[in-house]
Amino acid sequence: MQRVVITGIGVISAIGLTRDAFWRSLVEGRCGIRTIHSPDFEQLRFKHAADVEGFVPEDHLSAKELTLMDRFAQFAVVAAKEAMAQSGLELTSAMREDGAIITGSCIGGRSAEEVGYRELYIHGRNRVHPLTIPLGMSNAGTSHISMQLGIQGPSYTISTACASSGHAIGQAFHMVRSGTAPVAIAGGCEAPLYFGNLKAWEAMRVISKDTCRPFSADRSGLVLGEGAAMLVLEPLDAALARGARPIAEIIGFGMSADACHITQPSAEGPARAMRMALRDAGLAPEQIGYVNAHGTSTEVNDRIETAAIRLVFGAHADKLAVSSTKSMHAHTLGAAGAIEAAASALTLANSIIPPTVNYSKPDPVCDLDFVPNTARAQQIEACLSNSFAFGGLNAVLALRNYA
Amino acid sequence: MSDSIQERVLTIIANTRRIPLESVRPDSTFEELGVDSLDRLNILFDLESEFDIEIDDEEAKKVQNIPEMIAGITHLVEAKAKASPES
Repeated sequence: MQRVVITGIGVISAIGLTRDAFWRSLVEGRCGIRTIHSPDFEQLRFKHAADVEGFVPEDHLSAKELTLMDRFAQFAVVAAKEAMAQSGLELTSAMREDGAIITGSCIGGRSAEEVGYRELYIHGRNRVHPLTIPLGMSNAGTSHISMQLGIQGPSYTISTACASSGHAIGQAFHMVRSGTAPVAIAGGCEAPLYFGNLKAWEAMRVISKDTCRPFSADRSGLVLGEGAAMLVLEPLDAALARGARPIAEIIGFGMSADACHITQPSAEGPARAMRMALRDAGLAPEQIGYVNAHGTSTEVNDRIETAAIRLVFGAHADKLAVSSTKSMHAHTLGAAGAIEAAASALTLANSIIPPTVNYSKPDPVCDLDFVPNTARAQQIEACLSNSFAFGGLNAVLALRNYA
Repeated sequence: MSDSIQERVLTIIANTRRIPLESVRPDSTFEELGVDSLDRLNILFDLESEFDIEIDDEEAKKVQNIPEMIAGITHLVEAKAKASPES
């Protein structure tokens, strides 16, 4: 069994086009949610989202590469390259041969399909673009990372809605820990802000009337966002041998299914995933100082997640810091688990807990320390990063400070 | 007119839950009828189609029982009739 460390992080999000910009925004408590002025949004009941403003794909990829990549895959490649650059890892031929790439995406490149459907159903054309399939497939992010980096080992994509990249990182952690892969790129990527999908979320009636206010009594729903985060995972010994500086260590992974309802969560399912992550990590609940919550800002998630944390931590729940960084980068669906795992690793490395912003009113059923509105300097020994999906599928990562 | 709105609302609830129309009365509670959050979504969706209206998320959250639902729909239908007098 290898100890597994994160040696590189790449992030692209509404609150920063790079890892460093993202982290600065988290510390400053800057919210990336804004009113979108576009014809699509004029036909929606909600007007806000957290889009990646200022992203210029041509700065990162050639024209030829861009024709083969939908927006979510562009995010994947840009984040993976940033993570690799930070790790300083020079891939050997053995690493290329057995290295793993595991990404999470809920929607993938379905926006490419929508373009085709508009041609078919609105413009009366009888054909769609020949690249609709390779642009739209959810594994396109993984495939393009593999081609860009020349990594040829176990590579695939996991789709478990809002827990996709939590599951992806957990699987990659298992592979590196067991020695199956000498290195892994793991994370998630999503670009869900296209008309058909926005309409589908509108119909679910879970979008906030104003902004994302996790755990606040006046929360009214989630806000959609886009982006990606990728991590480089290596065995600790190999990282130290080449003189790399680990950012944080991944020490446990827990998964569970609620087996209950397709959209209503249970407290027991997430609680079991958290307990499993703690058990896998060999940690007592009292060793956890921080939980990066799933915290979507829907009435139900935040109430149930609070109950689940109380089930797992008992009296220690009152000593925990719990925050939802979705209040800043919004809900990026399949990328959420990875963006939040990146936030968790940076929290440990910098000894600063990012806040839950837009928090205005305590809710009696959400009665934990949510680090409201202002970041807090605090050294943390270990933390959990929670990801819970529609369909009741839960993924929880346990990370430890490597300082 | 309000009778017919009531009838149509009850029919939509019965169809969504796949239960006989006779079992849905104005004084039935959503709990008694086994209406969960997804059923509510489906009912709202079918009401919007049936009456050609748009139901606001925050207004929909306030609805606790069938009379409130009927009153809300009646209000939206009347507002729509006022906005387009020719129909």
